[in-house]
Amino acid sequence: MKLIFEQSAAGRGTAYLPEIDVPQTAPDFKGRETPLRLPELSEIQVDRHYTALAKETRGVNGGFYPLGSCTMKYNPALLEDAAAQPGFRDVHPLQPDAAAQGCLEVMRKAEAYLAEITGMDAVTLQPAAGAHGEFTGLLLIKAYHRARGDGERTKILVPDSAHGTNPASAAMAGFEVVNIPSDGKGYVDLQALKAAVGPDTAGLMLTNPNTVGLFDPNIAEITKAVHEAGGLNYYDGANLNAIMGIVRPGDMGFDVVHVNLHKTFATPHGGGGPGSGPVGCKDFLRGFLPGIRIAEEDGMLRRKEAEARIGDVRSFGSNFLVAVKALTYMMILGREGIPETAAGAVLNANYLMHRVKDLYPMAFDETCMHEFVMTLEALKEETGVSALDLAKALIDHGIHPPTMYFPLIVHEALMVEPTETEPRETLDQAADTFRAVMEAARQHPEEAHLAPLTTRVSRPDEVKAARKPVIRYDFDHPMD
Amino acid sequence: MHFPKELKYTKTHEWIRFTEENKAYIGITDFAQDQLGDLVFVNLPEEGDALTAGESFADVESVKAVSDVNSPVTGTVLQVNEALQDAPEKMNEAPYEAWFVLAGDITDTEELMDAEAYEAYAASEG
Amino acid sequence: MGTYVPNTEADRKNMLKACGMERMEDLYAGIPEELKRKEPLRIPEGKSEMEVRRLMEGLARKNRVYGTVFRGAGAYRHYIPSIVGEVVGKEEFRTAYTPYQAEISQGVLQSIFEFQTDICELTGMAAANASVYDGATAAAEACGMCLEKKRRKILVSAAVDPKVLSVVRTYAFGRDAEVTVVPEREGVTDLEALKSLADGETACLLLQTPNYYGCFEDADAAAEAAHGAGAKLIMSCNPIALAIMKTPGETGADIAVGEGQPLGLPLSFGGPYLGFMAADEKMTRKLPGRIVGQTEDRKGERCFVLTMQAREQHIRREKAGSNICSNEALCALTAGVYLAAMGPEGLRKAALSCRAKAHYLKDRLEEAGLKAVYAQPFFHEFVTAAPDEQAAERILKALEARDILGGLPLGGGRMLWCATEMNTREEMDRAAETVREVLDA
Repeated sequence: MKLIFEQSAAGRGTAYLPEIDVPQTAPDFKGRETPLRLPELSEIQVDRHYTALAKETRGVNGGFYPLGSCTMKYNPALLEDAAAQPGFRDVHPLQPDAAAQGCLEVMRKAEAYLAEITGMDAVTLQPAAGAHGEFTGLLLIKAYHRARGDGERTKILVPDSAHGTNPASAAMAGFEVVNIPSDGKGYVDLQALKAAVGPDTAGLMLTNPNTVGLFDPNIAEITKAVHEAGGLNYYDGANLNAIMGIVRPGDMGFDVVHVNLHKTFATPHGGGGPGSGPVGCKDFLRGFLPGIRIAEEDGMLRRKEAEARIGDVRSFGSNFLVAVKALTYMMILGREGIPETAAGAVLNANYLMHRVKDLYPMAFDETCMHEFVMTLEALKEETGVSALDLAKALIDHGIHPPTMYFPLIVHEALMVEPTETEPRETLDQAADTFRAVMEAARQHPEEAHLAPLTTRVSRPDEVKAARKPVIRYDFDHPMD
Repeated sequence: MHFPKELKYTKTHEWIRFTEENKAYIGITDFAQDQLGDLVFVNLPEEGDALTAGESFADVESVKAVSDVNSPVTGTVLQVNEALQDAPEKMNEAPYEAWFVLAGDITDTEELMDAEAYEAYAASEG
Repeated sequence: MGTYVPNTEADRKNMLKACGMERMEDLYAGIPEELKRKEPLRIPEGKSEMEVRRLMEGLARKNRVYGTVFRGAGAYRHYIPSIVGEVVGKEEFRTAYTPYQAEISQGVLQSIFEFQTDICELTGMAAANASVYDGATAAAEACGMCLEKKRRKILVSAAVDPKVLSVVRTYAFGRDAEVTVVPEREGVTDLEALKSLADGETACLLLQTPNYYGCFEDADAAAEAAHGAGAKLIMSCNPIALAIMKTPGETGADIAVGEGQPLGLPLSFGGPYLGFMAADEKMTRKLPGRIVGQTEDRKGERCFVLTMQAREQHIRREKAGSNICSNEALCALTAGVYLAAMGPEGLRKAALSCRAKAHYLKDRLEEAGLKAVYAQPFFHEFVTAAPDEQAAERILKALEARDILGGLPLGGGRMLWCATEMNTREEMDRAAETVREVLDA
């Protein structure tokens, strides 16, 4: 497919702006020296180009998307309509509070609902993504210990099964990372944890259900051990979809949480973003929250800054339109719909797991939460067919591959998260496909390495891409 | 797999070739490159950096992994093989020519194996 | 009712049975009873789509959408061609996940590759990433790229957007780095002060041009001062101004960053916006987040993949340069479509129009009795002074009554104004007239 730059013809374009209706003065600043080589196209070419690109992009509506740990649920159509209203879209972030009461009410409502769902006392919508929320939450922990003159707490405990963002966020917040091993069932090794906590413990980062899709039943004991050592507990909300309305991080002993609006609360992923990673905390951390706090004074909502706040983690108050969508979704679900949604996700995962587990060995064969992890180690050893091969074969059957090679503690892992929005028929069909793909792999292992065969582009040479990176179009040496 | 006799080896799969007194070339073994797969990048130290025996001084990247490379000696980086950055494939194709650094001022050395001992060790690891 | 769970009671029963369970509660048998929530959540009951739509429409109506906007300060109202919304609204782009599965993600991947090229062209730099959250986090991440063991001091010009400075400080708190503010003089960075502050412990200088007050900085002199101390230069630029101004690449900057919101993204009460980052060749691998690269598939067909991933958190974990995972991909796509539609001439026209209108507005406001605070060359923002704080308040109020959002009050009667191609001559005359009436009264 041609790049947009390869379709450019000098002088082509569409006139979107009127002629300048005021006098222009001679430039009094240093001007651009090199030509600006943006594409020159008529509008139909632009439209056709992106239409072609869209056809080579898989959205949720294009088929089953059981991407583990990513919660690719259906994004209800109303959410887009709600966010597209001029009354939200065309509001300047620095217009007076009195002229932005609707926006402030959206933020305040979304904060309140999220606080209730997570069992926290206060929420900030400022972080723009999950990892950004982690960083923010860890800075709250850092600021808390510093404010108490407890500067020796330099270590954050992270289980070895954690998402890579956890240790990376801890490092960015200036902490040393201590890895805590998992036991045979994927739970935190309690003894190892108890041995690791001490006067240098700043906190623990944990997701529960954990990254293998199991709820750690020792959670109260885990968070207690950290508290007793003087540390705080951080809840990574990546897997909140399984338990919202059933059990709350705040009731499990967590002090700080982030949630991913683009997972649990149905806002779309946009090909990698924008997301939104609101952070909630218990009352004693409220004063450290970044960004703005919304307070009601004389019947008017006003923006304030908390006194001990850690500052800002981005410009302005939130990925606001994402918050609008999440609030819309929470309002539709309401207090009954939220636990129903969680239970629906767990049921779908268990059902699909049961439909395939005789052919696909489960890493942990017990009732899972919203996702399950299969290990294809035996298949790899017996036939040479890898988890990657199998994942690619699913593409040929219209299924987006599950998450591959995560978590790192499971070999040849495929992680499946169907989400609650899939009907039983889709799960049955998917189970049949999973089974057929496995049988085909066992019968013709040599062919499995070639998949996918139905896409325009077959497996890309990633080694070539990384060894001699070409990361922009080279106008001086046009490609074929 | 090939393990030249004139080199010494570490348990973390680096090779070391001592030249004149107190100087040595360091790289990763054939076994290491085979285990790591196609290498796409190497992060090298700078000239003058200190090396500590048993501690990481560089790392190598494959498409989906990164691995530390440990120094067999305590000393100083005299020279860095910058050419590897433009041709990371050399680490796969000719691991014993693809040295990472030339170390000098060596004051300490890790416990090293000869080729025979390392071959047996690598076999038990693989 | 009220959820998007399609399975019926009968479906659920059968599915539970297949799993060897009887009741929905059995799914949660592994969670200790004492932790479970006994009462319903204290949030309202679920509602129908129609009811929620009306509620959300009601909330949107509580906001004011001004007919005329003369306020920028980091968020700018520009014309967005209709084609932008049409493309970005496509379901595939909107709902896709990060393009880890390259074979079914060539569309997103190619659009990011094109975006990276656009950013390199705008900034004059060698390499760009696939975006970060916004312009402020782009600046903060850039400062992080420059930190070395012995260089822990970040210099930030006092004429940088205060929100950006706040974010740089927050990130520096995380990384235990030191932030020193270089004072401003007459609306631009004090170069003498800069020279005395830049030393062997300085990691970088963050310079914004056009700066918060709209003034163009002497970036060449700043580059010389920073580089003279062995420090890096980070330039933060308005992407529309880049169509006409000397680029970071031409200035010899090490990193260029900026807020991409002007490139086709609506104001949206502050987000989602778009942080762009570009670096010179030597710093490419330090860029945070995703980068798309070109390669070939099995048949030799050109294609695109996420590349240099071993830099990132999912592989390098605590040793990664940044924790960023989700970025602003759809906003990057928006910018790509906007730039493709506008083209080089269109963008240049937008830039010239912004500049011409801002100069016109400044002249009219001066005639009406406000004083321009700085005498520097400027792009599309400038600062005025009213006789006192109360006069500024009265002006803003009077403008508001005529459906005009005036300049941002900076305190002490100073206001930061912005004009873009969206503002007509008639609007500007009307605003100036209003100011005159207030000051003459």
